[in-house]
Amino acid sequence: MKVVVCIKQIPDPATPYTLEEGTNWLVRPDEQILDDGDRYGVEVGLQIAEANEGTVTLVSMGPSGNGQGVRQALAMGADKAILIEDDALRGSDALTTARALAAAIKEEGFDLIIAGTESTDGYSGVVPQMMAELLGVPALTYATKVEAGEGSVTIHRQTNAGYDVVNAALPALVAVTAGVVEPRYPTFKGIMDAKKKPVDNLSVADLGIEVTSDQTVASIAEATARTAGQKIEDEGEAHLAIVALLEERKVI
Amino acid sequence: MSLLKSIYITEDLEAIRAQVREYVEQELVPNVEQWEAERAVPRSVLDEMGKLGFFGLRIPEEYGGIGMGTLATVVFAEELGRSTSGGTNATILVHTDLATPYVLHFGTPGQKEKWLPRLATGELISAIAVTEPDAGSDVAAIRSSAQRDGEGWRINGTKMFITNGSIADVVFVAAKTNLEVKGSRGVSIFAVEKGTEGFSASRALEKMGWHASDTAELVFDDVWVPAENLIGEENRGFYYIMSNFQNERLAIMGLALGESQKALEMTIEYVKNRSAFGAPLWNKQAIRHRLAMRQAEVDAARELTYRAAWLKEQGEDAVRETSEVKALVGELSNRVLYDCVQFHGGMGYMAESAVERMYRDVRLNSIGGGATEVMLDEVAKRL
Repeated sequence: MKVVVCIKQIPDPATPYTLEEGTNWLVRPDEQILDDGDRYGVEVGLQIAEANEGTVTLVSMGPSGNGQGVRQALAMGADKAILIEDDALRGSDALTTARALAAAIKEEGFDLIIAGTESTDGYSGVVPQMMAELLGVPALTYATKVEAGEGSVTIHRQTNAGYDVVNAALPALVAVTAGVVEPRYPTFKGIMDAKKKPVDNLSVADLGIEVTSDQTVASIAEATARTAGQKIEDEGEAHLAIVALLEERKVI
Repeated sequence: MSLLKSIYITEDLEAIRAQVREYVEQELVPNVEQWEAERAVPRSVLDEMGKLGFFGLRIPEEYGGIGMGTLATVVFAEELGRSTSGGTNATILVHTDLATPYVLHFGTPGQKEKWLPRLATGELISAIAVTEPDAGSDVAAIRSSAQRDGEGWRINGTKMFITNGSIADVVFVAAKTNLEVKGSRGVSIFAVEKGTEGFSASRALEKMGWHASDTAELVFDDVWVPAENLIGEENRGFYYIMSNFQNERLAIMGLALGESQKALEMTIEYVKNRSAFGAPLWNKQAIRHRLAMRQAEVDAARELTYRAAWLKEQGEDAVRETSEVKALVGELSNRVLYDCVQFHGGMGYMAESAVERMYRDVRLNSIGGGATEVMLDEVAKRL
């Protein structure tokens, strides 16, 4: 089975982000790490590939920098990586990103695409669904459990009340939630082998796509600080006050 | 806080560091308090580390490792040192860098074939037994002996302060094989497996620190091992031990550096948040200058350690450099932890605080693996 996992390199969330003046685009330093949310996707991809004698190809778009984030995913056990990097793609909107990724994935060929639900730096949360549409395959989203084999994939799709069981024939795309599986630590050997694994670099011209992104970031504002919560002193009656509060908010 | 860049640290070493740092932070730090109380690191944790390749750092690929050098050992030890539990670190490092190297560097091809793959995965945990009640750094003075008996050797003697002594699946034991010659010329090393008749770990010793580490007294009462368990060549043991001392000392000082760095970071965070007389303690010049100086000393010591490890990788014996590191870093870690406890105030004196534990743990850094005084004489001999 040919599994493709979409991953993204992002600036380390532990370091402060800076925005480019004028465009308000995120400044992407050379040193970027694998988006933490993507570790789940990589793990799901690896488990499915291992169970089905398959391979895992990583596909990523963005400035490659020193490639540390991609190497992290290769060290976990993926077989190869495809990096899409082009100045023309800077500041791409979600649809352009989806077009670029879909074009590379189509060229590579696939049975199953795994993506995270959303990136931890952009949070648009729509790229997986757009890719599925562009590739003409079903999108199974918000997966909290994934099983694939013999031409089909089944997921638990998280809902407000619990989960739905959703099944689709392959080829298909699955967007996983954080926590779907416990991502493995790379082994030392995995880390060393990661450097020797094939990484293909593709440009817009290689993909034959047209970049039509016309999204601009109009302005940036500080998020409003959270206000302090309400404190209820317990003099034996606190539970009643809490129940009243929860009822007021229609939680119970 | 990220470490200053160093010319000795390659991209590979940075990748190893990042991996171990994350593992230690996620899997060790939250659990060490329990292991300290239980006086042991669970075998399941060692098994997991083995699977991740932590024990195969120095073992060649053909035997299941990744075949890296002394600098990798130092970086690995530095990151382990951040676990805040010296006993946990010791359990691991004694296996990887104090015991396993006897097979790795001096074993016959057959011995490497037999032991290394299992030492690399952690299927076998190892210990090294040199020290005796009357012989520590003075290795030539050991009394344990091994005599030829049929197709093998019969070992008698007692070993003291043996880390991993009770939990080890295989112990590499130093014993006199020739009593006619000068002490240093008649020592050999034998592999003794757990369960061998006459071999027992008699008692777990209670210590000032390193509580999560198993320390035992080992008794060899007419223990017979086959000839193939003689590691390397007969009567070469003293030289093997001396030769591994350098790696061992650099490994332990890697731990000391990691412990010092972690303790400094914890203390800096503490004094920035702890207010006294209306302002954070960090605002007191006496405190922040002391911590800044300690950081400068740790940064300098780290570079000195990397340099000694690098020299070792270049094939030099680096005895003077390694002895300097052992003397300097062992003492420095004690000064650092003294200040860290001091600046944590009453909290730092509480048995529940990590700095209190680390303060007790680092005390061994200037004793174990060659006391400061022994190290300074090694340096002085070369001046």
